[in-house]
Amino acid sequence: MTAGKKMKRFLLIVVLGLNTQIVWASDQAPEGARRTELIRLVREDCGSCHGLTLEGGLGPPLLPVTMNQKDAAAIREVILNGLPGTPMPPWARFLTPGEAQWIATELQKGFPDEVR
Amino acid sequence: MKYVSLLAVLFLLSGCVSTATLRGTGDLGVVVERATGSVQIVETSGHSILGEITGLGNLAHATVVFSRDQRYAYVFGRDGGLTKVDLLTRRIVKRTIQAGDSIGGAISSDGRIIAVANYTPGGVKFFSSDTLEPLAEIPAISADGSRSKVVGLVDASNDVFVFALFEAGEIWLADMHDPHHPKVTKYTNVGKQPYDSLLTPNGRWYLSGMFGEDGMALLDLWHPENGVKRILGTYGREDAKMPVYKMPHLEGWGFYDHYAFVPAVGRPEVLVIDMNTWTVVKHIPTRGQPVFVVGQPASRRIWVNFAFPDNQYLQVIDAPEQQVIKTLEPGKGVMFLEFTPRGENVWVSARDSDKLVVYDTETFEPVAELPSVRPSGIFFTPRANHIGW
Repeated sequence: MTAGKKMKRFLLIVVLGLNTQIVWASDQAPEGARRTELIRLVREDCGSCHGLTLEGGLGPPLLPVTMNQKDAAAIREVILNGLPGTPMPPWARFLTPGEAQWIATELQKGFPDEVR
Repeated sequence: MKYVSLLAVLFLLSGCVSTATLRGTGDLGVVVERATGSVQIVETSGHSILGEITGLGNLAHATVVFSRDQRYAYVFGRDGGLTKVDLLTRRIVKRTIQAGDSIGGAISSDGRIIAVANYTPGGVKFFSSDTLEPLAEIPAISADGSRSKVVGLVDASNDVFVFALFEAGEIWLADMHDPHHPKVTKYTNVGKQPYDSLLTPNGRWYLSGMFGEDGMALLDLWHPENGVKRILGTYGREDAKMPVYKMPHLEGWGFYDHYAFVPAVGRPEVLVIDMNTWTVVKHIPTRGQPVFVVGQPASRRIWVNFAFPDNQYLQVIDAPEQQVIKTLEPGKGVMFLEFTPRGENVWVSARDSDKLVVYDTETFEPVAELPSVRPSGIFFTPRANHIGW
């Protein structure tokens, strides 16, 4: 392969890599006001059934000890689609898949408190 | 003569000092600040906050009943905490952690017994209203050995309490004439997942809403021997149900003539029930899925708040016309509404706007706004005079 072709291939790989980075970044964790809003949503509105401290109520606890028994991806799916036949509703209308994924991993780590 | 005048002046002055420190409790209320484990004591005559009491634990879901003399509030907290609060001194009198997770409570008709409905461990516990000393316990264990969360606990006449078992689909009646030895009557197979219940103001009908199916369960407390009847079985089956983001609450329902107004489950409607036939006669379309449907005292109006994502709205229904006549937006996250006892004002909590809004119910104009940290429930002392609240 000539030096020129090698250079082109290298540039192609860099550009493709960058594009992948950009796509990945847009599905990443929420920031700023949206992050604050999602923390409020989980604590207050999911908290209607799961408790403000996520210790459970009508719904089961969403604490790290229970959340780490599952895959974050599986939790994400329950958040987005609900559990038909149970009181757990789907939240896909209100969250992107990336946001649901973020919530799932935060629940596994110990969900952040609201800042007041 | 000088001596007599001096005595008279002193007597008058002492009268002034003592009347300045006395007040009634009939116009007082408790506002739950759900995130900070605190409650505000408010007075409804001047629309003001008298003070705050902290240290009540997890009040993420909290409910309150009052002693018969309206001096004390009993706060039932999410963490199983039961706290007796003196409304006049604004201090905690006594506090106990009686369970792992608690959803509500009631006080007996004679005011002596406090009952608490527990999710964990599922069952009801009874305490002396005076000392909070434990009296008895009823584990919510069914014939097959399974244990259920208790919901819909109400006090009925003659020291009876009625409640439902969510998972088992049962209604139990506890006769507490002997406070240490409850006599329990069990009605099984009443429906799928009763989520809450209410008692009509005449103390006759115990009505449970079902989450797992359409319809409700009805127990006639004047004829308990007739058992539980299933009613309204066919409402809404023709449409698909919407997902539910917050359970409706059956409390303080509205009446007009022989009609009752209750929240539909999974649809944005208030149902009008004919209490002669126990059938749904109208579906009133509302802005969202109702949480509380509350009759304004001594009026033709019924007010409604809603579940997420429509919880910034408050709507007013005209009962004879069976339709919505007004939509208000008090703030974000309208959790609760409580009327003053004769209905001239309604106090509304806007949780996500950190405030209480007081409306004039005749003009629908706000007459006061008070700061409150993540407020949820609002409870006024005249509840002490109502059975089933």
